[in-house]
Amino acid sequence: MEAAAHEHHHGPEVDLNPAAWTDPKRYAWLLGLIVPLLPFIAWGLVALTGLGVFWFYGPFLVFVLFPLLDVLIGMDAENPPDSVIKWLEQDRYYRWCTYVFIPIQYAGLILACYMWADGGLSTVDSIGLALTMGMVSGIAINTAHELGHKRADLEKWLSKVALAQSGYGHFFIEHNRGHHVRVATPEDPASARLGESFWAFLPRTVSGSLSSAWGIERARLERGGHSVWSIHNDILQAWAMTVGLFAVLAIAFGPVVLPYLLLQAVLGFSLLEVVNYLEHYGLLRQKKEDGRYERCLPQHSWNSNNVASNVLLYHLQRHSDHHANPTRRYQALRHVDEAPQLPTGYAGMIVLAWFPPIWRRLMDRRLLDHYEGDVGRANIQPRARRRVLARHGGGAV
Amino acid sequence: MSAFRCPACGYTYDEREGNPREGFPPGTPWSEVADDWHCPDCGVRDKVDFEPVGDGDE
Repeated sequence: MEAAAHEHHHGPEVDLNPAAWTDPKRYAWLLGLIVPLLPFIAWGLVALTGLGVFWFYGPFLVFVLFPLLDVLIGMDAENPPDSVIKWLEQDRYYRWCTYVFIPIQYAGLILACYMWADGGLSTVDSIGLALTMGMVSGIAINTAHELGHKRADLEKWLSKVALAQSGYGHFFIEHNRGHHVRVATPEDPASARLGESFWAFLPRTVSGSLSSAWGIERARLERGGHSVWSIHNDILQAWAMTVGLFAVLAIAFGPVVLPYLLLQAVLGFSLLEVVNYLEHYGLLRQKKEDGRYERCLPQHSWNSNNVASNVLLYHLQRHSDHHANPTRRYQALRHVDEAPQLPTGYAGMIVLAWFPPIWRRLMDRRLLDHYEGDVGRANIQPRARRRVLARHGGGAV
Repeated sequence: MSAFRCPACGYTYDEREGNPREGFPPGTPWSEVADDWHCPDCGVRDKVDFEPVGDGDE
C-alpha cells in the first residue's frame, strides 16, 4: 500500500506546457469571495427590501443555499492531468484569489461593527448580523488553512491574520503539526469517532486542540532554549492579534460591539469544528507491527465532489489528496477513487451533523460498508463501544 | 555534513543549516534530532522515514 496511486513526485522533468489543458474552475474560485462579501450583501438586501431578516443572510447561504446548490449542480470528479499540476500550482492568480479574501474580510468586520454600534439595528437584527459574521469567521479559517500549509512566510502570516477574527490562532499550529500527524487515530482530538455525536465531539476537539497546540509549541520553543512564554510563541502572537483587533474595534465603535464579536468568534470556530467532525468520522489508521500507525492513506478521509461546496471551500472536500500532499495548492487537489465518499457536500453534511440520529442513520452504515462490515476496523468512541458493537456486531467487546 | 529529505513533500534537513525555527541551530547533526520529530512542512512523515540526499558532500 506504500506506493498508493495517489502519490506523485514531480521532478524537474515535468512538462510545464499547459497549452493542451484549460482549468474549468479557474474563474469559479472568485466565487469564494462571496463569503467575505456577506455583510455587504446582507446590508444591500436589507436596504433594497427594508426587511431586517436579511441580516441572517450568512447562515441562509451556508446552511440552506449551498446544500441545495450541491444537490442541483451535482458532482465533478475531473482532475487536472499530472503533467500540468506543477504549472497549475505556480500560477499566482490562484493564490491571489485567497489573498484578496482577507482585506475584504476585515472591511466587512468594520462594516459590521459600525452597524452594531450606529446602524440602528434591533437586537434580533444585530444577532442576525453576528451569525452572518460567524460564517465569515468560520470560512476564513478555511482560507487560513489553505495559506497556513504553505512554506512562504507571507502566506503563513496571512493565515494568522485570517484567524484573528475567530480567535482561533492556535489552529494553524495544531492543524499542521498535530492533526496531520495523528489524523484518523484515537489520539487526534480533531478526528471524530464512530458513536460520537457532534455535540460530544465539539468540546473534546476544542479543548483537545488547544492543549495539543500548546504542547507542540512548548516542545518547539524548549528545543531552542526558549520558554513557552516567549514572544517567539506563535500561538501567543496569533492570540495577541485577536486581542488587539477586538480592543481597537471596541475603542473605535464602543464596547457594545464586544458581545457580538465574541458571538461571531464562537460561531466561527464551531463551524470549523463541525467540518472537522465530518472529515474523518469513524475512520482509523491501523497500527503496524513496529507500533507506529500506517501512514495516512486516501481511505482515511471522507471526500465529496459536489461542485458548489468545493468551490466555496477551495477543494477542501478533496480531503484525501490534501492529507497525502498537505502543501499542495487547492487548485491542484485531485479526486481519488479509493476515498470514501459522503452522501452530499460538506455544506449539507454540516447541517446533518447537528442531528445525531439522522447522522448515525446516514453515516454509520456507510462507514460499515467502507470497512466491509467489520466494525472493529473503525475508530470507535470508547464510551460508546459496547453500544456500537452491540448494534453493528463485531464479536468481542 | 549530510542532508535528509522528506519523501512526502521534499523538505530537506541540511545539517549545515539545521532548522533554527524548530530549535536545531546550524550544524545540528541528524543524529541529535529525535526519532519522533516529523516533517515541519507537511507533517505526513517522521524523521525515520526521511531519505539521505545522495549528492551531499560527506
